[in-house]
Order: sequence, then C-alpha cells, then structure tokens
Amino acid sequence: MTSIPAPTARATPVVLPVSKAVLWLASTVITALALYYFIGVDQGAISVFGNDMHIHEFVHDARHFLGFPCH
Amino acid sequence: MERKLLLRGVLVGALAGLLAFVFARIFAEPQIQTAIDYETGRDAAKAALDKAAGLPAGLAGPDIFSRAIQANLGAGVGMIFFGVAVGALFVVAYAVCLGRVGNLRPRALALLVAAGGFLAVYLVPFVKYPANPPAIGNPDTVKDRGGLYLLMVLCSVVFLVAAVWLGQRLRERFGNWNASVLAGATFVVAIGIVMAILPSLGHLAGNEQQSGNHTTETPLALTNAGGTIVYPGFPADVLFDFRLYSVAAQLILWATIGLVFAPLADRLLKAQSGMVEPERLRC
Repeated sequence: MTSIPAPTARATPVVLPVSKAVLWLASTVITALALYYFIGVDQGAISVFGNDMHIHEFVHDARHFLGFPCH
Repeated sequence: MERKLLLRGVLVGALAGLLAFVFARIFAEPQIQTAIDYETGRDAAKAALDKAAGLPAGLAGPDIFSRAIQANLGAGVGMIFFGVAVGALFVVAYAVCLGRVGNLRPRALALLVAAGGFLAVYLVPFVKYPANPPAIGNPDTVKDRGGLYLLMVLCSVVFLVAAVWLGQRLRERFGNWNASVLAGATFVVAIGIVMAILPSLGHLAGNEQQSGNHTTETPLALTNAGGTIVYPGFPADVLFDFRLYSVAAQLILWATIGLVFAPLADRLLKAQSGMVEPERLRC
C-alpha cells in the first residue's frame, strides 16, 4: 500500500491533526491490541490469568484458523 | 470525525469477522474436525506403543468446552472480535494516512489500507509461520512459537509503515511509480532478511531432540520399535485445504473491511468537506 499513484482533481485533506488526536489514537490502539491479544495469544504462550484455559479453549478454533500458534 | 470513523470501522470489522466466520464454519470446520480425529487416533496409537514399551502415559489436554461450542460459538465470537480489533486498527491507520500519502481518493485509500492490513498482519507472517490445524504443533514449543509469530507480525507491520514513509520521501526525487517500486522492494528485502534469520519451527530446541532435523512440526508417521509404520503422518491434503481456507477467510475479512468501509468513509468525508453548517457535522 505504498504511494501507488491515483491522481485526483484535489488533494485529500489531512483529516486528523495527530497532535490533537493522540489520546484518541492511543486509546483505540491499546484497546484493539488488548482484544487481539486475548483472541490470539492469551493462555497459550503467556497467560494473564495463570493456568486458566477458558479463553483459550473457547476461541480455540478461531485461533487455529486466524493463523495464531496454538498448543 | 474520529469517533464517526471509528464507529464505522468497528461495525464493519464485526461484519467482516462474521462473514469470515460463516466461510470458516462451512469450509474449515470439517478440516479441523479431521485434524482432531487424526490427533485422537495418533495419541491412542502412541499410548499403545508407550504402554508396550512400559513408558508412563502422557497427559490429555483440557476439555472445558464441547466441540459443538468451540466450532459454532467460540469460533464465531473469536472471529467477530478479531474483526472488531483489526477494524479499529484499520481506522487508526486510515485516519493517519488521510491526506498524508499523496492524492488518493478516500475510497482508494480504504482499499489500500485494507490490502496493507491483510499483507502485514496476516499474509507476510503466514509465509514464514503458516496457520496450522490442531494436531500440528508441539505443546512444549508453544511459548517460542507464539513469540516468533508475534515478532513476525510486528516486523511486517513496522516494515510496511516504514516502506510507506520511505515511498513518500522518495516521491519527489524519483516520481510516484519509481518511489513505490523502490519502497516495495525495500520492504521485500527487509522482511526477507528477517525470515531468513528467524528459525524454522522444526528447528526449535524442543523439536530437534524429539524428532530430529525437520523444518516443521507436522507429525510424521508413527513407527513401532521394529520400524513398521503403525500410524500415518498428517494427511497432506487436509493441511493444504486448511491453510488455503485460512488465507481465504482472512482475504474475506480484509476485503469486506476495505470494500464496505470505503463508501462509508467517502460519504462522511464528502459531507465534511462540502459542509454547509460546520458545527452540525462536527463530532
């Protein structure tokens, strides 16, 4: 997705001044990464709930299917 | 504006996860079941061999949820939430790219960001560490495998972002086309070096001791003390089908995100740029 040319009549405006939206960006990224972690990683390689396997076993098939390493 | 984009991205992500799950439920679940049946049969054969050799029996994995729950509810919830997570990350990438990566229309940019997500989050790591069905994977190496996979994902995402940045930097000097080709080539070389350096799963410490020098953890045929095959290796067709469907499901997921988000963002941005009452449309 590098800058493949697609000429348009007008430039796309900068919608998000990063300085203004840092908080919004950061909180979204952190929440999304936490979700990604619990779907894909937790209770496999590392675990925040110790030896519990409920999340791992529940999303087991999704994990295999989405390409994450699993047991 | 950010919140409106985010809401749309999350909803589109959930829809994309749902579609990918429907595909997976129809095409991949039979492969997963075949793999689990293979594993069960292999474990039984192994247990019989161990018993004959006087070795202690291995421990079985936990059975917290039934296969029906795992295949229908768990996989669905897992894939929808995965869609939500990547949908949110997609929106962040999209919002940051808007207006910063050349004269791209909002629709074209949505498709490109989705294509980038598919590549960096899934397909490039897949090339080194492909998706595996149950029965493939040594439980003792899961820590290493998890770490290596996430490292691959991290490298490909960081390199892709760097390549986009590089493409922008080179644009004035070499023109759009050449800058894009150069940035793409840099990405391929950089990620190729990482792939060459990282170990193959079969070469992890735990595996070399157990099963000798193989590149993957795919189970080989099980032989008894006399060298006769008592249980076959993992069926190659099942493995191929599983991986093909895994790629197809991710393709469905990211394509849905790109194609559905594109017109939504287009409308939102048009409404904003051509607004009559600025206050009313701002969020």
